[in-house]
Amino acid sequence: VDVGIRQRFAVEIERLADRLFGTALRLTRNRGDAEELVAEAVAKAWATCSELRDPHRFEAWIQRILANTFVSAWRHRRASPEIALEPDEAGDQESRPFSLFERLHQPFLLWWSNPEESVMAKLLGEDIERALDGLPDAYRIAVVLVDVQGHSYQEAAELLGVPVGTVRSRLARARGLLQRALWQHAREAGLLDRDHQGGEADE
Amino acid sequence: MSESPMTCEEILEHLFAYLDRELDSQTAAEIERHLDGCRGCFSRAEFERKLQARVRAAGQSGAPESLRARLKYLMERF
Repeated sequence: VDVGIRQRFAVEIERLADRLFGTALRLTRNRGDAEELVAEAVAKAWATCSELRDPHRFEAWIQRILANTFVSAWRHRRASPEIALEPDEAGDQESRPFSLFERLHQPFLLWWSNPEESVMAKLLGEDIERALDGLPDAYRIAVVLVDVQGHSYQEAAELLGVPVGTVRSRLARARGLLQRALWQHAREAGLLDRDHQGGEADE
Repeated sequence: MSESPMTCEEILEHLFAYLDRELDSQTAAEIERHLDGCRGCFSRAEFERKLQARVRAAGQSGAPESLRARLKYLMERF
């Protein structure tokens, strides 16, 4: 094997390790499984390294391999993959459109100059992670593919083997659920209180 | 798109597709023009953009030493 190629590959993997692990963690929700997933994706990436035409697309390429590895295994684990992939949409009250921004613009909060900026600043990374991890599989995966990994709707649809419209609707529902969870957290953690000291916002 | 300018409601309908860069250039340009002149929609778009950035950041997490060591071992054997 060309030593130069091997070295460049190793440098890229070293550079992207946190990003790959973080993405794998959001997909698997388990640190051990996330490690397994990254190791498997890296091995697959090396095996197909010659297929990478544009080295500048290394991150997008390996993120795709990681997503593909996860989705294949995830589908395989289910007896009826197509049914299991579809979230239960019947009577799914909680996935109705929900906007955190609109909630933060209720009259009782408007004595703040910028309630949305304040709450955004008070939300911790772990709050966002918890809200993401709480999403049903199909919704969470759609958000990870598009928002975290940066795939287009078309790419996400191909990875999941579903129509683009399905990706679009899952994303819309996922974002509604995510924002609802963050709103509930903001209320429970007192982030809407004027004297809350947990952040750097109140300007 | 239609010939009449988009309403705030229509802008919000397309907002996520716009932020996801999934719109054709003409529609995206129309939304940008609207956002330039509409404080309400601009604030909403900025909020959603910031929240998306926070979600993207959730895909970054310190890789444990055990994984780094494993990857190093793996790559030495390629």
